[in-house]
Amino acid sequence: MSGIRVLAGTRKGAFILTSDGKRKNWKVDGPHFAGWEIYHMKGSPVDPDRIYASQTSAWFGQIIQRSDDGGKSWNTPGGGPATNPQGMPTGESNKFAYDGVPGTHQWYDGTQHPWEFKRVWHLEPSLDDPNHVYAGVEDAALFQSKDGGGTWQELSGLRKHDTGPKWQPGAGGMCLHTILLDQKNSGRISVAISAAGAFRSDDGGKTWKPINRGLHSQYIPDPMAEVGHCVHRIAMHPSRPNTLFMQKHWDVMRSDDAGDSWREVSGNLPSDFGFPINVHAHEPETVYVVPIKSDSEHFPPDGKLRVYRSRTGGNEWEELTKGLPQRDCYVNVLRDAMSVDALDPCGVYFGTTGGQVYASADGGDSWNPIVRDLPAVLSVEVQTLR
Amino acid sequence: MIRVVLPHHLRTLAHVGDEIHVDLNGSATVRAIIDAIEEKYPMLRGTIRDHETQKRRPLVRFFACGEDISHEPPNTPLPDPIAKGTEPFFIMGAIAGG
Repeated sequence: MSGIRVLAGTRKGAFILTSDGKRKNWKVDGPHFAGWEIYHMKGSPVDPDRIYASQTSAWFGQIIQRSDDGGKSWNTPGGGPATNPQGMPTGESNKFAYDGVPGTHQWYDGTQHPWEFKRVWHLEPSLDDPNHVYAGVEDAALFQSKDGGGTWQELSGLRKHDTGPKWQPGAGGMCLHTILLDQKNSGRISVAISAAGAFRSDDGGKTWKPINRGLHSQYIPDPMAEVGHCVHRIAMHPSRPNTLFMQKHWDVMRSDDAGDSWREVSGNLPSDFGFPINVHAHEPETVYVVPIKSDSEHFPPDGKLRVYRSRTGGNEWEELTKGLPQRDCYVNVLRDAMSVDALDPCGVYFGTTGGQVYASADGGDSWNPIVRDLPAVLSVEVQTLR
Repeated sequence: MIRVVLPHHLRTLAHVGDEIHVDLNGSATVRAIIDAIEEKYPMLRGTIRDHETQKRRPLVRFFACGEDISHEPPNTPLPDPIAKGTEPFFIMGAIAGG
């Protein structure tokens, strides 16, 4: 019997929601790390019981937590087996040190500002090794650990790209929030940064190039600039790694050449502003977004919480409302707070800043809240357990 | 033996109770106390002071004998009651935000 495990990171802790394959009755476990912000949790695709969590606090900084039993127990990996010559744990799992001189990027007022590590936004376990995991951080950089989160090394070719001094923070900070791994091309990594844009490496993260051609951002001095675009999220179906879907600050975009060029597919959406975007597990041309009214009003248009689904890879969108509040709803859905399961029919899940986690067991046709009153949800990841 | 009171979130992270005890080799200073805490509880490295710069995190405060000594140089000798363990050294999270 298959099962589903939903990993919900919130402003005040982590919650693990589990169900059997029917996806009707849910058990809510948590809070783990009560009182801490959990920006993201994600399990290894080759060992689902290996889960990484980014635990963070404005007071006490960044903690990396790891579970080896599906979230029942957790440990800070640097406090474990890795020891110094005196036999003490090395405690390096929380240490994200930029490689060399950090340099500067553009600040809100146009001046240059030093790169300063703040937190891990996104953890992406590798496709073939549970001990290998990538971390996207603020201020924007990509790190990796090959010892299960015990120590972290920067893949500094990205941050040291010639365009680095032109990168600037979005309203939420200068974060690297999207990491896409290509199962057909092990050297290919695509990332997205607010507000710099999308970048791709074809050599395992050593060298990078911006992949922003076709993006148009009216809010920056040169709307067609090589970098400076506020990309909110990119999604990819594993079977078609050259096709990427992007939710930008404004505009929903599509690329069919791994990001080398983009075209707009916002079509009939009521607003093309939003944060998350995701692809159906079995239909690579079926895409989900959650339109948000505007960058100054971070809530759904008309107070109606609607997921929009395109079965045509964009341009033609249908609203999905059954089971979602259609009046007086003013929550947001953040960029990492939507995910899909791999069952048939495909399950779709998202969390809101109002603390609800909604699930659809029929590809989005109908929705039910798994839980209604969590702290603001920052991230949702789903594991399909066989 | 130095007595140290950690803020709630660091107690849960280190799996310790209200008060921890550390032993110092030399004189009692803020730097020596944090060195000893980080050696005994490596999961706390980076949570009280920055890994690289060793600077106190902005929203962490240090109190000794009722005085806020957060801005004192880290090698400043601490008062006798802290050095002798008759009073605890407090590490606190600043009251900021909700």
